[in-house]
Amino acid sequence: MSALLTVEHLTMRFGGLVAVDDLSFEAENRAITAIIGPNGAGKTTVFNCLTGFYRPSVGRLCVTRDAHRHLLERMDGFRIAGDAGIARTFQNIRLFPQMTVLENLLVAQHRRLMRASGFSVFGLLGLASYRAAEEEAIARAVGWLRRVGLEKHADWEAGNLSYGDQRRLEIARAMCTGPVLLCLDEPAAGLNPRESSELCDLLLTIRDQDGVGILLIEHDMSVVMSISDRILVLDHGCKIAEGTPAAVSSDPAVIRAYLGEEEGAA
Amino acid sequence: MGVPLRASDRGSFAGALREAGMTSLLAAAVMLPMIGVFTTPLGGALAVDTRLPEIGLAVVLVFLGRLGMIRAREGRPLEAACVGGAVTAAAVFGLFPGDLLTALAMGGGLLLVTGALKASPQGTAAWQSVMIRAQNTPNWGVWVGGGLIVFAVVLPWLPFVDRRLLDLATLVLIYVMLGWGLNIVVGLAGLLDLGYVAFYAVGAYSFALLAQHFDFTFWTALPLAGLLAAFFGIVLGFPVLRLRGDYLAIVTLGFGEMIRVILINWVPVTNGPDGISGIPRPDFFGLSFSRRPPEGTGSFHEFFNLSYASADRVIFLFYIVLALALLTNLFIRRIRRLPVGRAWEALREDEIACRSLGLNPTNIKLSAFALGAIFGGFAGCVFAARQGFISPESFTFIESAIILAVVVLGGMGNQLGVAIAAILLIGLPEWFRELQEYRMLAFGALMVLIMAWRPRGLLAQRAPTVRLHPDGDGS
Repeated sequence: MSALLTVEHLTMRFGGLVAVDDLSFEAENRAITAIIGPNGAGKTTVFNCLTGFYRPSVGRLCVTRDAHRHLLERMDGFRIAGDAGIARTFQNIRLFPQMTVLENLLVAQHRRLMRASGFSVFGLLGLASYRAAEEEAIARAVGWLRRVGLEKHADWEAGNLSYGDQRRLEIARAMCTGPVLLCLDEPAAGLNPRESSELCDLLLTIRDQDGVGILLIEHDMSVVMSISDRILVLDHGCKIAEGTPAAVSSDPAVIRAYLGEEEGAA
Repeated sequence: MGVPLRASDRGSFAGALREAGMTSLLAAAVMLPMIGVFTTPLGGALAVDTRLPEIGLAVVLVFLGRLGMIRAREGRPLEAACVGGAVTAAAVFGLFPGDLLTALAMGGGLLLVTGALKASPQGTAAWQSVMIRAQNTPNWGVWVGGGLIVFAVVLPWLPFVDRRLLDLATLVLIYVMLGWGLNIVVGLAGLLDLGYVAFYAVGAYSFALLAQHFDFTFWTALPLAGLLAAFFGIVLGFPVLRLRGDYLAIVTLGFGEMIRVILINWVPVTNGPDGISGIPRPDFFGLSFSRRPPEGTGSFHEFFNLSYASADRVIFLFYIVLALALLTNLFIRRIRRLPVGRAWEALREDEIACRSLGLNPTNIKLSAFALGAIFGGFAGCVFAARQGFISPESFTFIESAIILAVVVLGGMGNQLGVAIAAILLIGLPEWFRELQEYRMLAFGALMVLIMAWRPRGLLAQRAPTVRLHPDGDGS
C-alpha cells in the first residue's frame, strides 16, 4: 500500500535563499506525522508548498486519494483542498471573524453546496434539492461543532470566540472540507495545558475515527511526543532526523540543532 | 464649549445665564461677518443688504439651547426639556422665517428634549428600556423596511406630493438600486470599486443606442442593458483580479473615467458630448403615455377611458423603478444566503483562508463584479428612460463617489441602511436648495455628522445568513 502523501526532492528557493532543500518524506493514512525544528527551519514553507500557496522550485508532491494520484505541484492552489483533499490551518488563525461560527463551517462546504445550488440558479428558485443539501451541510457542521464543543456558540461571530475556541473552530472548519490529509500549523500555540490536552484528544479521534492523515507543525514538545506516530526534524531546510518520537528525541543531530553544539565537540 | 466659568458660578442660574450669553456672543461674532452681510444687484449697481433679524433669532436660539444644555447638565432636566419643547413647538407652528431655520430649530429643540430626558434618572431608565426592547426585537428592520415600502407604494397618491417631488423620489429609488448593486461589490465582497458609474453609463447608453438604432423599447432593452453591464463588469474584473484595497480602487477609478472619455470621444456612435436625445419612454404593455400616440399604437388614457394627465407617465415610471428596486432587494437578500453570497463575505474577511478551503477567488470576484454591474445597468436604463436625454455629463466621478457614500454611510452590507442613506443623500440636497451656494457645505456637514455619530454607517449590524438557534439569545 502506498503512502497517503509522498514528497520527493522538494526544494523551495526564494531568490538566493534556500528555504527547503531536497526534502523527501512520506505521510501515512491514519497517522500523525509531526514536523519539528527550530524557528526558520522551513516547516511552514513545506506546508505552503503542499497547499498550493507556493509553487515548489523542484520536487514532486503526490497525494493518493481513493486510489487516485494527484500531483500537487501542478495544481491550482485553490483546487488542492477540493480535489486532492488537503485541508490546513494557519499559524496565525485565519477565520472569517465577522461571520458566525456556523457560517464559517458552511463556507468550508462551499464546493458541495455550490453544485447543489446549481451555481445559485436552483438556490435562487428555492428548489427542495438545494434546501436538502443545505440542511445536510448544516447537520455536518453541527456534528463538528459538537466534537469541538462549540455548539452553543454556533450563532456567535467567530471573532468573538476565545483564542482556544478559535483554534478548535479552525480545525473543525478544515475538517468540514472532507479532507484526507489535515495540515495543522502550530495548533497548540497559545493554549493552556488543559486546552492542549483536549486538542490532543481531538487530533487522536480525527486520526482514528475519521481515518485522516495529520501533518503537524508544533513547538510544544509535550503535544508532539504524546500523539505523533512519526516525527520529522528540519533544520535550515534540510531533514536532519526522522523516526518514532523515542528515536528522534535521543538523536544527537536533533539535540545539536535544538541546544547548539557542545563546547569542544567538533 | 470652552467658555470660562468661575467656580462660584457653578450650579447657579446667574452662572448659567453668563455662560449662555458668552456662547451666543460667540455665535453672533461668527455669523455676522459670514452670513450677516450680502450684496444684491440693484439696478445695475450692487447694494449691501443684511440679514439682521434672522441672525438675531438664531442668536436667541443659541442662547436658549446653551442654557438648556447647562441646566440639564446641572441636574435640572425639566427646565431644559421645557426650553427644547417650546423651541420645537415654535418651529412647528411656523414662527421662524425660512425652511432651514425652522428645521434647525426643530432639530435642535428635539435634541434638547431627548438630551434632557436622558439626563434625568427616570428618562435614562425609560431610554434604556426602549433600547433593550429594540435590541431584543430582531425584526424591527423588517418593520421599518416594510413601512418604507408601503410609504413608497402610496406616495404618488398622497396629497402633498406633486410631480417634482415624485420625480425626485424616482431619482432616489434609482440611487437605492445603485447602492444595493454596489453593496454586492463593496459591502459583501469587500472590493473597493470607485468606478461603479461605468456600469450605470453602460446601462444608460445601451438603452439609448438600442432604441435609437434598432427601435428597442424600454422593456426589451432592460435585460440587454443589464447583460451588457455584466459583461463590462467581467471585462473590468479580469485585469483587477490580483489587486486589493487601494490598488483596486485606483484601477476601478481609471475604468470609470475610461468609459466616460470613450463616450465623449467616440462621436460617430455616442454623439460625443452632445449626448443622445429622444429616448423613448416606457410603455404600459404597448400603450404609450403620450397625449397623441404614434400611428398604430394605443395610448394609456384612451384605452382606460381616462382624461389625459401628463403626471401619469411620471407615476408609472416611479412604479417601474420601485418594482425593479424591490426585485433587486429580493434577489440580493436571497443570494446572500446562498453559497455564493457567503463566499463573497468570506472573501471580504480573508482571501487566503478562502483559497485554503477550496474556494476559487477568481470566480467569486468575477461573480461579484458581474452581479453588481447588472444592477448598475438596470439603474442606468431606468435613468435614461427618466431623462429622455443622456450625455457623458451624467456619468462623472462624482456619481461614483455619491453611490459609494450611500453604501458607506448606510452601513456596508446592510440593505435597509443603504436605502435610508440614499434618501438622505439624494433627497436632502434638493431640500437644501434654499441654501444656494452653501448647499454642498450643508451636504458635507451632514456626511461628517453621520460619520461622527455612527462611524460604521447608519446600520452596521450584520444579520447572519443562517441561525442554528433562531429564537435563542445567541449565547
